[in-house]
Amino acid sequence: MIVTPFNVILFGVVALLGVGFYGLLITRNLIKVVMVLQILIKGVVLALVLAGAVGGNPGLGQSTAATVIVADTIVAVVGLALAVQVRRRFGTLDVPKISTLRG
Amino acid sequence: MESIQYAVILLGAVFCAYRAIVAKRILSATIYLACISALTSAIIFLLGAEQVAVMELSVGAGLVTVLLVYALSVVGDDAMDPASVIPKPLAFALVGLTTVLLGWMVFPAVPASFVRGSMSLAISLWQSRVLDVWIQIVLIFSGVMGVLGLLSEKAPGRSQEIHQ
Repeated sequence: MIVTPFNVILFGVVALLGVGFYGLLITRNLIKVVMVLQILIKGVVLALVLAGAVGGNPGLGQSTAATVIVADTIVAVVGLALAVQVRRRFGTLDVPKISTLRG
Repeated sequence: MESIQYAVILLGAVFCAYRAIVAKRILSATIYLACISALTSAIIFLLGAEQVAVMELSVGAGLVTVLLVYALSVVGDDAMDPASVIPKPLAFALVGLTTVLLGWMVFPAVPASFVRGSMSLAISLWQSRVLDVWIQIVLIFSGVMGVLGLLSEKAPGRSQEIHQ
């Protein structure tokens, strides 16, 4: 395989997504789940900018990436607000303990 | 040379991502997350998307880090991550398989040189993607509501008192 900047960045995107998926599987703390989502979205933003630059339409990739960054920030804010309220109500942030589902 | 530059920055980002996930103290994980954001914005800057890089750096390494530290200061004792429910080797195997499949799908897409600059972000955003701008406005409004939820000190509701 030819080592080009495109391939290197693509490899980095796949690695970031892989590490993020691993984090989602092993993380139990609600605040850390929000952080892991942030890691995943950083990989996605990088992929969008790369796709725009390679596809010949950088403006489109960049504007989509900007939208994703805004959405990502709102996810973090709302997620953290929920986590703080969950901590006040249930007294813990451990995801298996705050699940009220049975079975 | 350019490839080496990208590789070094991306290796740093992936290392920080791994450290953020395995760190027991969530405050340390927050610092690693800020590092990932800074390194990602460096890559985006090198790709010619300066405005997006500035946005990512200010929001990712600035605002989100401050919010995380504030949330950690509120939750206090729960700022540690307990051990995983899923056995780590199993999680590693599943994610390894997924990542290999993902890589197998995307890597045949070899080509290309980068197109830098040209059509600006502002033109694209304000002329072609006006709907995105409106969605961003709505999202920012819901973010403000989220911050109000984060900062509220309201006493437990009536439903909780009934359960107790």
